[in-house]
Amino acid sequence: MELTIFYITALIALVSTTMVVIQFNAVHGLLYLIVSLLASGFIFYLLGAYFAAVLEVIIYAGAIMVLFVFVIMMLNQGKATVEQEKRWLYPGIWRGPVILTALLLAELLYTLTTTPVGFAGHVVDSKHVGITLFGPYLLTVEAASMLLLAGLVGAYHLGRPLSGRSAP
Amino acid sequence: MTPIPMEHVLIVASLLFAVGMVGLLVRRNLIVMLMSIEIMLNAAGLAFIAGGSRWGQPDGQVMFLLILTLAAAEIGVGLGLVMQIYHRYKSLDADALNQMRELPEGGEAS
Repeated sequence: MELTIFYITALIALVSTTMVVIQFNAVHGLLYLIVSLLASGFIFYLLGAYFAAVLEVIIYAGAIMVLFVFVIMMLNQGKATVEQEKRWLYPGIWRGPVILTALLLAELLYTLTTTPVGFAGHVVDSKHVGITLFGPYLLTVEAASMLLLAGLVGAYHLGRPLSGRSAP
Repeated sequence: MTPIPMEHVLIVASLLFAVGMVGLLVRRNLIVMLMSIEIMLNAAGLAFIAGGSRWGQPDGQVMFLLILTLAAAEIGVGLGLVMQIYHRYKSLDADALNQMRELPEGGEAS
């Protein structure tokens, strides 16, 4: 049964990812991308990587997608874009993502209620991940923190307002 | 209670990676191209998780954490670049940027 659930989830991930690529509007693609990331998180859960599943939902589908939403919101300004939004947001555009998300929710409820925890393959719990992360991979964690600092400085430098410069 | 075969997970990961790469090559919108890069990174993380789950080692999840960190840093810088490009060129078309070596009038390389 869990194999069937895995195949359905993989199909949801593939369909929503394909819709990301073929959508003309970036916001619609973003909706489908969030569904795709949620499906990937569910695949992680089915594989026994609970910690990675939680991080996938929180960081990928939460934080990074919020960044995308903010940038798309900041790039669309003015009265013309409001009318454009009205044209875009006709009722029914949410139908595809909502159907896919409802499928995912049904799968999740079924999995949580019927199957015992840790049914599929090896379960790697977060304790082992933490011990490994701060044991042999300690230097890599430091490198990742430096990468995040560099990303912070770079994003701040690039995201400054253009005051003082003449726009072309 | 049959475990999920790793080959099928790897097939799904490779298909996701292929879709992301096709999106990166075909689309000309910069934001959609960044989202395609996210799809490819996510597919790579899925392959790592599959390996870690197959052999019961936590290294796969550690690699996924590093991919997550990389994606966060990359998307911060990438979205900053997208905003700069939009403010300078008033467009998100990647084909409009082939004149990047000679800056438009009034623009200055900060």
